[in-house]
Amino acid sequence: MTSGDLITLLPLIALTVTPVVVMLAAAFYRSHALALALTLVGLAATIVSLFVAATRTGRQVTPLLSFDTYALFYIGLLTVATAAVAILSWSYLQRRHVHPEEYYMLLLTATLGGAVLVASTHFASFFLGLEILSVSLYALIVYPIYRDQFVEAAVKYLVLAGATSAFLVFGMALVYAETGTMTASGLAPILSAGLGGQDVVVALGIVLILVGVGFKLAVVPFHMWTPDVYQGAPAPVGAYVATVSKGAVLALLLRYFWPVSLDTGSSLFLVFAAVAIASMVAGNLLALRQDNVKRILAYSSIANLGYLLVAFLAAGEQAAVAVTFFLVAYFATTLVAFGVVAALSTPERDAESMDDYRGLARTRRWTAVAFTVALFSLAGMPLTVGFMGKFYVVTAGAGAALWALIIVLVLTSTIGLYYYTRIVVAMWVRQPDENADAVGAAVGGGSAAVLAALTAFLIVFGVYPAPLIQLIERAVATLP
Amino acid sequence: MILLWYILIPAVAAPLAWLVSRSRPDLARWVALAGTALPLALVTWQWVSQAGALKAAFVAHGPGAAGLVQGTWLADVHATWIAPLGISFFLAEDGLTLIMLVLTFAMGLLAVLASWRGITARVGFFHFMILWTTAALAGVFLSLDLFLFYFFFEMMLIPMYFVIALWGHERRVYAAIKFFIFTQASGLLMLIAILALYFIHGRATGVYTFDFTQLLGTQMPSGTAFLLMLGFFAAFAVKLPAFPLHTWLPDAHTEAPTAGSVILAGVLIKIGAYGMIRFMVPLFPQAVYDFRTIGMILAVIGIIYGAIMAYAQTDLKRLVAYTSVSHMGFVLLGIFAWNTLALQGVVVQIVCHALSTGALFILVGTLQDRIHTRDMAKMGGLWAVAPRMGGTAMFFALASLGLPGLGNFVAEFLILVGTWQVSRWAAVLGAVGLVVATVYALWMMQRAFQGQETHALRFDDLVPRETAMYAALIAALVVIGFYPQPLIATARQTVTAAQQMTAGSPLSPEAASAAQTMIVDGATADDGQ
Repeated sequence: MTSGDLITLLPLIALTVTPVVVMLAAAFYRSHALALALTLVGLAATIVSLFVAATRTGRQVTPLLSFDTYALFYIGLLTVATAAVAILSWSYLQRRHVHPEEYYMLLLTATLGGAVLVASTHFASFFLGLEILSVSLYALIVYPIYRDQFVEAAVKYLVLAGATSAFLVFGMALVYAETGTMTASGLAPILSAGLGGQDVVVALGIVLILVGVGFKLAVVPFHMWTPDVYQGAPAPVGAYVATVSKGAVLALLLRYFWPVSLDTGSSLFLVFAAVAIASMVAGNLLALRQDNVKRILAYSSIANLGYLLVAFLAAGEQAAVAVTFFLVAYFATTLVAFGVVAALSTPERDAESMDDYRGLARTRRWTAVAFTVALFSLAGMPLTVGFMGKFYVVTAGAGAALWALIIVLVLTSTIGLYYYTRIVVAMWVRQPDENADAVGAAVGGGSAAVLAALTAFLIVFGVYPAPLIQLIERAVATLP
Repeated sequence: MILLWYILIPAVAAPLAWLVSRSRPDLARWVALAGTALPLALVTWQWVSQAGALKAAFVAHGPGAAGLVQGTWLADVHATWIAPLGISFFLAEDGLTLIMLVLTFAMGLLAVLASWRGITARVGFFHFMILWTTAALAGVFLSLDLFLFYFFFEMMLIPMYFVIALWGHERRVYAAIKFFIFTQASGLLMLIAILALYFIHGRATGVYTFDFTQLLGTQMPSGTAFLLMLGFFAAFAVKLPAFPLHTWLPDAHTEAPTAGSVILAGVLIKIGAYGMIRFMVPLFPQAVYDFRTIGMILAVIGIIYGAIMAYAQTDLKRLVAYTSVSHMGFVLLGIFAWNTLALQGVVVQIVCHALSTGALFILVGTLQDRIHTRDMAKMGGLWAVAPRMGGTAMFFALASLGLPGLGNFVAEFLILVGTWQVSRWAAVLGAVGLVVATVYALWMMQRAFQGQETHALRFDDLVPRETAMYAALIAALVVIGFYPQPLIATARQTVTAAQQMTAGSPLSPEAASAAQTMIVDGATADDGQ
C-alpha cells in the first residue's frame, strides 16, 4: 500500500474517523446538536474527499476494493442519503428525550459498511461491508428502546440477518473451496455459466450467496421481514434500511454481474426473472390491503426492487445506467416518503395509520404536497423523477427484449396506482378526524428543508433528467 | 415560438391561480379565465391569419404532398431535451392541431365559466388543476416526439384525477381511481409499443430517436407491427372510448363536476381519435388494415350499444355520458374507413360532439345545481318552469340525434358515406345507431322537460352568463351545420398528408382516395381564393 492508495481511500477514512469523533465527543460532552453537526461535517468531508479521490480513479486498492468512478458515485449517493436521514432524525429524536448522540455514530458506521460494499471486488470486503452495515442496523432499529415494537423489529432483523449472513459466508466458502477464487473477476466466468452444467458445490455456493443478497434486497421470497421491520423501526431508520442498505447491496450485485452475460435460458437468469416477477406481483398485491402507511411503503419497496431487477437482467451499459438512475430516483422518493412519516410522528407513536393522513392537505399543505409528489413519483407519473426512472427501466428491458418481464412490470405498477392513490385521497379528499388522537407534529425546520430540497429534486430531474443521466453514464463507464 | 405559449400560458396561470386564491378566491377565476381565453385568442388569431398559409401548403403540396415534411407545418419548435435517449422537445402544428387547440382552450374556457358559481370549495386548487389539464392537453396535441407525447398524455391524468376525486359527486373516488387506472394501464401498453418501435428503428438505422417523423415508415415483420399497433390501439381505444374499453367513461363523466365532464367529453376523449389519425394509422397502415374488420365491428357495437344504454338510463348525466360512447363509435368507424370523406367527417364529429355534449353536460350541471338531482324520474314538465333552459336542451338534444342543418349531421353523414365505400354493412348498422339516437334524445326530452309537471319544482331559468355560453355553442353548431368548409379546409392538409403516409398500403387505394378528394374539394375549391 502506497501513500497514493491512502489518498484514494480518503472517503473511507473520512467515514471511519467521523463516527470515532462523534463517539468521543459524546463521551465528554453530551449534546445532540454537536453530534448532528459533527456528523454532517464528517459527511461533507466525505463528499469533498470523493473529489480528491476522483483525481486518481480506477485504482484497485489491495485486491479487496476498487475505487473507480462507479464506486465514488455510489459512495456519494449513500453519503448524501445518510445526511438526509441524519437531518430527518434530528427532530424525531429530539422530541423523544433519549440520548441520541450514539445514534449518529451507528448511522455513520452503517454508511461505512455500505461504502465498502459498493467498492468491493472481493468476498472478504463483501462480507466485511455487509456485516458492518448489518450490525449497525440491529442497534439502529432498536435505538429508541422505550417502545416494545422497536425491540421486536430489531430481534426479527437480528435473527434473520444473522442466519442469512451464515448462508452467505458458507456459500462463499463453498465457491472458494471448489474454484479457489474470491474475487469478482474470478467469479465472472463461473456466474456466466449460469447454474447448469456446473459442479453442484459451486452451484450451491452461488445459490447460498444469492440468498444472502436477496435477503438484504428484500425480494420475494426473502421479503418476510420487510413489513415488520419497516413498521417496527423508527421512521428515519426505516428510510435508511429502504435506501442506503438496499442501494449498497444492489450496487455490489451490479458490479459483480457487470462482466457476466447471462444467457436468457440459463437457470440463473430464470431464477432472477422468477424473483423479479414474484417481487413485482407480491409487493403490489400485498400492499393493496394494507392500512398502515409504513407497511404500504415496505411492500412498495419490494415491488420497486422487482422493477430494478428487470433492468438488472437487461444487462449491458444502458441497463446499468437504468438501474442506477432508478435507484437514485428511488432513494430520493423513499426519503421524502419516510421523511414525511418521520416528521409527522409524535413521541407516542409514528404517523403510520392511514387515518393520520386524513385531511393533511388542509392542516399541513406543503407536507401534503411533498408526500403527494413522492407518491406520484413512486407510481411513476410524469413530472417526477420516478416517471423517468420507470421509463428508463422499461427502456432497458425493451432493449434486451424482456417482453414478459416488462408486461408484468406494467400490469403490476398499474395495481400499484391503487394504493398510492388511496393515500393521496386520504390526504386531499377526506376530512381531518377531529376526535381521534391524531398525530401530526409540527415539522421541524431541518426536516422541512430536507423535504423541500428532495421534493425539488424529484421535480427538477423529472422534467430535465439529462444532467443526471450524463453523470451516471460517466460513472458506469468506468466499470471494468 | 408561438407553440410554446400555448403550453406556457396555462402552465404559468395554474400556480398563479392557486397563489392568488389564498387572499382572494374569486381572483383565481379571473386568472383561469385569462389563462384559457388568452391562448384561445392567440390560436384563433393564428387560424385566421394562417388560413392563407394552410391553403397555400395544400396547394403547393397538393394531394400529392409528401406528408409531414418540414415545409407543411405552420410552426414548430425543436430542441434537445434528453439527448442520451434521443428524446427531443419537438412541437409542431398543422391544421388538425389548430382545430384541436381551439377546442382545448374553448373547452377550458367553458369549464371555467361553467364552474363560476358551482365551485366554492378550494377555488384556487380547482383552477390550478383545470389550467394544468389545459396545458397538458395542448402539449399532447402539439407533440411530435413520441416520448413527449406520452409525457403529456400521462401528465394530464393527475389533474383530471384530482378534479374528479375532489369536486365530483357521490361516487367520485371510485370513478376517479377507475379512470386513473384504466388510462394508466393502457398508456403503459402504448409505452411498450413506442419503445419497441424505438429499438426496431434504432437497430435498423443506428439512429435511436423518438421523433415521429423519423420513425415513420420503419420496416418490421407484419406480426410485430400488428402487436405494436395493438399497443397504440389499447391506449387510444380506452381514451376514445371504444367498446369494450368504455366502462370507465360513464362513471368518470357522471361523477365528475361539470367542468371535469366538459373537458373529459370535449377534449380528453378526442385524444383517442387524434392519436389514431396522427400516429397509429400512419405508423402501422398494414396492421390497421388487417385489423379493420374487428375495428369496424367494435365501432358499430359501440354506436348501437352506447345508444341503447343511453336510452336505458334514469340518471340524466349518465345518459349524456353514454351518448358519448355512441358518438365516438362513429369516430372509430370513420378512422377505420380511412378515406377522405370519412376522415373529414371524423374531424367535424370531433368538434361538433365536443360542442353539443359539452353543452349538454353544462346543462345537466346547471339543472343539478338548481334542483339537486339528476334523476329523470324526479323531473318532468320542466319546460314550463324554465322555458329558456328547455329550449336550449331541445336544441342540443336535436344536435345529438343528428338533425340536418346542425354540425353533427354533417359529421355523421360524411362518416357514413365514407364507410359505405369500404363496408356497406358497417354503414347500414351505423345508420341504425342514428335511429336509436333519435329515440334516446327525444325520450330524454320527454322525461325531463315535457310531460306532467309532477314535482312542483321551482327554480330560476338561465342567467345571462349561461345564456351567453349556450348562444355561442348554438351558433357554432349551426354555422358548422350549414357551412363546414372552413373546418374541413383547415384539416384537409392533415387528412391528405395522413393518407399519403399510408399510400403504400391497401388502406388507401390511391385512385379511390383521389376521386373522393375531387368530390369534396370540387365543391370547395374556389372557397376563399
